[in-house]
Amino acid sequence: MSHDILTSTFAGAIRSGTPLLFATLGEILAERSGILNLGVEGMMLIGAFTGFAVSYTTSNLWLAVVAAMGAAAILASLHAFVSITLKVNQVVSGLALVFLGAGLSGFWGQRFVGIQSVSFVNVKIPLLAEIPFVGNILFNRDPLVYVGYVLAPFIWWYLYKTKYGMNLRAVGEAPGAADARGINVSLTRYIYTIMGGALAGLGGAYLSLAYTSMWVENMTAGRGWIAVVLVIFAIWDPLLAMLGAYLFGGISVLQFGLQVTQTPIPPNIMKMFPYLFTVLVMLFTSSEKMKKRFGAPSALGVPYSREEKT
Amino acid sequence: MSENVLELSNIVKRFPGILANDHVNLTLKKGEVHALLGENGAGKSTLMNIIYGIYKADEGEIYVNGQRANITSPHKAIEYGIGMIQQHFSLVPSFSVAENVALGLKEFHLFPRIDVIKKRLRELSKKFGLDVKPESRIWQLSAGEQQRVEILKLLYMNSQIMILDEPTAILTPQEAEGLFKTIKEMVKYGASVIFISHKLKEVLEISDRITVMRHGKVVDTLLREEADEKILARKMVGRDVVLRVEKSPPKTGDLKLSVKNLYSRSDKGPFAINGLSLEVRKGEILGIAGVAGNGQRELAESIYGLRDYTGEIEIDGTMLKPLDVHSRINHGVAYVPQDRKGVALCGNLPLYYNLFLKIFTSKQGDFNPYLFNPISLKKPAEALVKEYDVATSSLDLSVKYLSGGNMQKIVLARELTLNPELIIAVHPTRGLDVGAMESVYKILIKARENGAAVLLIAGDLEEIFTLSDRVAVLYEGRIVGYSEPDEEHLEEIGLMMAGIKKERVG
Repeated sequence: MSHDILTSTFAGAIRSGTPLLFATLGEILAERSGILNLGVEGMMLIGAFTGFAVSYTTSNLWLAVVAAMGAAAILASLHAFVSITLKVNQVVSGLALVFLGAGLSGFWGQRFVGIQSVSFVNVKIPLLAEIPFVGNILFNRDPLVYVGYVLAPFIWWYLYKTKYGMNLRAVGEAPGAADARGINVSLTRYIYTIMGGALAGLGGAYLSLAYTSMWVENMTAGRGWIAVVLVIFAIWDPLLAMLGAYLFGGISVLQFGLQVTQTPIPPNIMKMFPYLFTVLVMLFTSSEKMKKRFGAPSALGVPYSREEKT
Repeated sequence: MSENVLELSNIVKRFPGILANDHVNLTLKKGEVHALLGENGAGKSTLMNIIYGIYKADEGEIYVNGQRANITSPHKAIEYGIGMIQQHFSLVPSFSVAENVALGLKEFHLFPRIDVIKKRLRELSKKFGLDVKPESRIWQLSAGEQQRVEILKLLYMNSQIMILDEPTAILTPQEAEGLFKTIKEMVKYGASVIFISHKLKEVLEISDRITVMRHGKVVDTLLREEADEKILARKMVGRDVVLRVEKSPPKTGDLKLSVKNLYSRSDKGPFAINGLSLEVRKGEILGIAGVAGNGQRELAESIYGLRDYTGEIEIDGTMLKPLDVHSRINHGVAYVPQDRKGVALCGNLPLYYNLFLKIFTSKQGDFNPYLFNPISLKKPAEALVKEYDVATSSLDLSVKYLSGGNMQKIVLARELTLNPELIIAVHPTRGLDVGAMESVYKILIKARENGAAVLLIAGDLEEIFTLSDRVAVLYEGRIVGYSEPDEEHLEEIGLMMAGIKKERVG
């Protein structure tokens, strides 16, 4: 591969990895609290649509980002209410969210199809962007990419070094123990499920505000599902999520590089790579032992109630 | 000394179909160890969970240091200086000891000062003889060590009222002695302790006063000086109990079960059974003593075909395949598992269903598998409920609403009425009251006299002494030695349970 193709593949990996990163970080927060939200795909779509609609009408990109996060958070709070307060099956509720998000965004988004709006432009970071080869790939990107660089380590720090992160992990792993120590299990789960939704919305907004500058129905194309898998791949660790997201991003842009270099693999097969890789990841990370060691949220998907007899 | 730190007045708590606490009054004096004695299902744990804010009382008042206290959550209880060690520990497995102590502490804002906690924990460990490293992760600790972590948590928060819910159930005799020493030490420093138990001996050893509960009511509160085992047992059960069960010398017959060179893994991955061999003959009870977590569960599950293994398991001289429960049932094997909620019963199914779950797969029931009328089960179910004295409001009640003791009665009723030839019993009387224990003992001994072979895996040595014809000690997945079922050998068995090998042929 030539130098150019290599550079554009790596840059593409960062770009297409960023929405995955946001959604994965969001899902990590929700799952760490014990709530499995399979509705990432739906929340991303709502985020992508809302972001685009707001940026098109106001031309204010940051407002659009906030609106996208808010809209997805509302969807997530629905899931939170149903699975925390009503204690129904979280898988079913999450799946419902996917179809709800896809349906609403498709319906409202009809009149936005095929139009261009403003989008985030690349901002060069002085000095850092001058580093040969790496500089241009990593530090000549749009602002949301930089948000991702900061957010993942921040969430890691929050999870493992702060009191609130500790509470969060305890709630997902041993809700009874957390409750006995005065931590409000339901409130904690609400907060992080909703925050998780907001991050999924941010991931969606990246697609319509930075990755492209338009709205297409179902434009997430399964990225929400990949995010759900990435959470397991990353063993619920934000830093590993960063690695995973960019790796997956890289795999999904690899097809363009391979096409340019005339590799004799049909493009339809190459489009399958990310999903194939997803299945492979599931095979290797399913070991119970690994999950225990890294503090996988063992109460994941299990509603908590204090007096319940099982 | 006589000031009441805790006072319960007319506590009432109802569960669906059961009155768990019926106008209970109880006082705890400063600096005393107050034992709460009662059968399982007597309402001890329910009462304690009310004090700790896990359950909400339907009626009644709680006073702490003379002040009316409104305890709505465990957190509130902690604020009132009440700490509780529940039967199932409240620990986060992936956290270190120090992090578990730090969890939820108000004294830290954004960053928990783990180093400060570690230092204080080391001091407390030394002072109260609680040997545990603050850096260890909970999932790497034994049950006894985890209990020490729970005690350290209470000490760290300076709890003045400590509730221990059946703390000795998971300990070796030596560890229990250590716990008693710690309790005495804590009382010296001004704490007051409520000690829940159904073991008469330890209650007499550790407590200053003893309150006996039965069927949700307080029967009596006695000073230790006024009490002895006989009095307590009678109050607990409501009638005289003979805990020593008559047993004729064994009429040992042919080899029923033979296990050779068995290896089996625990759920976590490593081998829990390491080349174990044992034999049980018809008409004898082999008691397996050992500290919980030394392979008891894996041994029982391998023999019953619930867990994969390598090695040989023969019943009646027939080699059985791993993971083939059906062939075991056809060989007349009964299984009383340790996890009665998860393995033995379907919590959501009604009681009478649970009584007959096994008949469908055994050849003994005469049911048409295609035209099955569940109502026809009710009559035999009623007889069994009566025979085993199950306390329930209805046959249709979901089993999960029964107390632990009553659940176990259902399991035993189901397994033992099929006239088994080999009984694998794991903690068969855990959580049962003295009266029910007596009947379980009698049933097991009767089965033995009818020629059944019994493999009894129990944590309670007294139970093993009462029932067994031979005692084998299980340590780290191997039989480390045999002994006679006799109090004289208690120390020797205790040492073997701790892994100090002292081979004897029993």
